[in-house]
Amino acid sequence: MAGHISPIRTYIAIFGALMVATIITVAVAFINLGTLNFPVALGIAIVKATLVILFFMHVKYSSRLTKLICGGAFFFLVILFTLTMTDYLSRGWFTSPRGTAAAGTQVTIEEPRPAAEGEPDTRAEP
Amino acid sequence: LPNGIAAHADSHGHHLHHPALQHHFETLDQQHEAATLGMWVFLVTEVMFFGGLLMAYLLYRVWYPLAWSEGSLDLDIVLGGTNTVVLIASSLTMALAVRSAQTGAPSGTVRWLLLTMALGLTFLVIKFFEYEHKYELGHIPGIRFTETGPEAPHLAIFFSLYFSLTGLHALHMVIGVSLLSVITFMAWRRRFTPEWYTPVEMSGLYWHFVDIVWIFLFPLLYLVDRAGHFA
Repeated sequence: MAGHISPIRTYIAIFGALMVATIITVAVAFINLGTLNFPVALGIAIVKATLVILFFMHVKYSSRLTKLICGGAFFFLVILFTLTMTDYLSRGWFTSPRGTAAAGTQVTIEEPRPAAEGEPDTRAEP
Repeated sequence: LPNGIAAHADSHGHHLHHPALQHHFETLDQQHEAATLGMWVFLVTEVMFFGGLLMAYLLYRVWYPLAWSEGSLDLDIVLGGTNTVVLIASSLTMALAVRSAQTGAPSGTVRWLLLTMALGLTFLVIKFFEYEHKYELGHIPGIRFTETGPEAPHLAIFFSLYFSLTGLHALHMVIGVSLLSVITFMAWRRRFTPEWYTPVEMSGLYWHFVDIVWIFLFPLLYLVDRAGHFA
């Protein structure tokens, strides 16, 4: 069968790269980069995953159709994250009760205030 | 031609072919390509399966950054880090098991597969002790949750997602080890040849996928929100 056989040193090199990346990601976790910590950690994880997919899972040597299916998985994952987050992150822009709210603000749904004495009960039916 | 192929052809009374070649495929290469493609389609569904939980993780992280910071600091970075190394090492041994099968070294395949399973079980044992520690700390929502204070309800969400994500991952590890035990048995019976080793490679794809899930879970759960404490 015409499966690609990688030399052992390729596998060792990839393993070494994954170990180095693991050490870097742990080290970076102890340095405060503010908002950059999350993208850096995620970036390193994406690089590690790519190495595993390309070399350990042989996608580098697979057919174009296999590459397409593999890429499709992450394409749809990105759609899942982006469309959901654009919805949630933008909700505060328009629906915040007292004007605008910063992106990412959670819109809390509070229990309606009970009507005071003599005030008509305006609570919506559930 | 090897005897196996001739004997198989006799029993069918038609053209000669490799015993592992199923009749609806033209060649072993075509059969291997179909298996690879099918496995990847399955892995796409697995990506989306974990993706749903990761989506929940992402959203709640944006909503409750304080709870995420507190929660990730409560996780044991040494145990989590050790498990990362163990799992990446198991991916290496799995890749070498596939390579042994490709190059026609069945005893090497058995050895590498046994080592892969041993590393997989090591991961699960470490995970068990982590869970046990979580129980002692009272960090298991719904079973034993002793956190109090304003962030406690949000911390419960963090730990719920922690147990969902790592629990599903651990379940995949259990399935992976079971799968590999069957493959090891087949390799021990000398079922694989350089012409046909598809089951080894397919279970390898599954194993590497489970490794990739952990590559994301480790920084997302144990690491990212730690740095806020070192401001």
